[in-house]
Amino acid sequence: MTEATTQQVMTINMGPQHPSTHGVLRLILELDGETVVKATPHIGFLHRGVEKLAEYKTYHQFITLTDRLDYLAPLSNNLGYVQAVEKLLNIEAPKRSQYIRMILCELTRIQSHLLWLATQALDIGAMTVFFYCFRERETINNIFEMAAGARMNLSYFRIGGVARDLPDGFVEKVREFVNDFPARLRDYETLLTKNKIWLMRTKNVGVISAEDAINYGLSGPSIRGSGVKWDVRKSEPYSSYDEMDFIIPVGQNGDVYDRYIVRLEEMRQSNEIVRQAMDTIPKGKFIADLPDVTLPPKENLKKSMEAMIHHFKVVTDGICPPVGEVYSCVEAPKGELGFYIVSDGTKNPYRIKIRPPSFVNLEGLPKMVEGCLIADVVAVIGSLDIVLGEIDR
Amino acid sequence: MVEVSAIGKKLKKKFPKAVTKVKTFRGELTISIDKDYIERVAKFLCDDKASDFDYLSDLCGLDKSRLDSSDTFEVVYHLYSLKKNHRVRLKVEIPASNPSIDTVTNVWKTADWHEREAYDMFGIFFNGHPNLERILTPEGFEGNPLRKDYPLKGRQPDSLREVYRKGKE
Repeated sequence: MTEATTQQVMTINMGPQHPSTHGVLRLILELDGETVVKATPHIGFLHRGVEKLAEYKTYHQFITLTDRLDYLAPLSNNLGYVQAVEKLLNIEAPKRSQYIRMILCELTRIQSHLLWLATQALDIGAMTVFFYCFRERETINNIFEMAAGARMNLSYFRIGGVARDLPDGFVEKVREFVNDFPARLRDYETLLTKNKIWLMRTKNVGVISAEDAINYGLSGPSIRGSGVKWDVRKSEPYSSYDEMDFIIPVGQNGDVYDRYIVRLEEMRQSNEIVRQAMDTIPKGKFIADLPDVTLPPKENLKKSMEAMIHHFKVVTDGICPPVGEVYSCVEAPKGELGFYIVSDGTKNPYRIKIRPPSFVNLEGLPKMVEGCLIADVVAVIGSLDIVLGEIDR
Repeated sequence: MVEVSAIGKKLKKKFPKAVTKVKTFRGELTISIDKDYIERVAKFLCDDKASDFDYLSDLCGLDKSRLDSSDTFEVVYHLYSLKKNHRVRLKVEIPASNPSIDTVTNVWKTADWHEREAYDMFGIFFNGHPNLERILTPEGFEGNPLRKDYPLKGRQPDSLREVYRKGKE
């Protein structure tokens, strides 16, 4: 704790209704003048008991709830969950569906980072970036709508694959976006990267060392900004990420600016992953053919009695994985998203523990803002890219 | 990833009484630890150069009462090593009647909020924790929602509503 210079330490309350706390985060700030002596986050305002609910849902039903954790990156949550169940069942999704998942997850990452950039810039006072980012985000939402039929809570992934194959025209649309996006990224950089006001607001603000970042359990861009080169996509490749050629950007100082640089570069890399995946996407099934796990094609329900019975059985009986427990994690836009599933052999999971990256990243906030000015607190919260949906669950 | 299974053996050699069971399921190593040893084991696994578990991925509680009717809780630790790129799961059984265990916040600072969550959801006490308070549910909340005997539609007493409306002071 920083030593107070005056005797008058003032305690003020920030949030839970505050535009720059990105949801319902409440901070108790102890201030010495304008300097933060201590910050205490209070969370739980959005607690919906998702983990309790999971124990009363079947494995398929829980997919829709995962969308509502990190609601800015629904597909990354879907992927984390279905992969954990697949690991538990010891099955693998077909190659084509792995590629579809990869393409959509990287688009999700771009979309999530765009929203982060928009709001972070807005918090610090740059309005233009906000409009630019939302323009690109809209394009991605349209792409999602083509594939999944929804724009926000997609629930597009299934245990063993994805819900349906990519529609006609999807590839062209994504190609168009992928070709367009690097130029757009350059626009953002022109606006911010060397902008004097931006530099003053972000350089050497909210610094956390690599050692502390590891000890506080940060992950994703927040730990990479401190120079720790760790990305689950590289260290424990899943869903065919090992076949892609991309780099992991890292920062040096662990301040708000480095986290900004890391995320910008990540968007560029994600764009390249999407491009590569589009070029090499294999043909084949989009969902595994496992009668006990996956549903029959929807078209067949209208013509075949057997398909109807099959559908009914999978939906009502659910899937019963063997007794055991698995932990599986993916690199969500915010960091390591893990699912720990304990199965007792029935159709309902015995226990699901979600390891949300934002929850752990937020834990490092008091360490980062100590000694900062109160205006910097806003910048630091923004740079962590927290989503209260997954913090409170 | 090869040396992961060696960790169990090494741990057994170092703390013969601590390791109660070593199991591998779906390629994941699970080591059950006696509850008195958890802090020492955690410290050892974090500092030891061969295992080097510098990163605590996750820590959570587990109510086993409906799993094997043993009336025990479990605290589950998911460790990861950034340098060696391997994972291990530690499990510690504690009796449901007296759910308390030593904290590991001295080893990994990130355990702070995880342990508060386990305290909140299961009522597990972490001895030596710097600030063991409820984290997700509000102050004054009654019961521990993730225990199996807590009903899905469990309601809080009406008397609490007034408290929330007025605020704490």
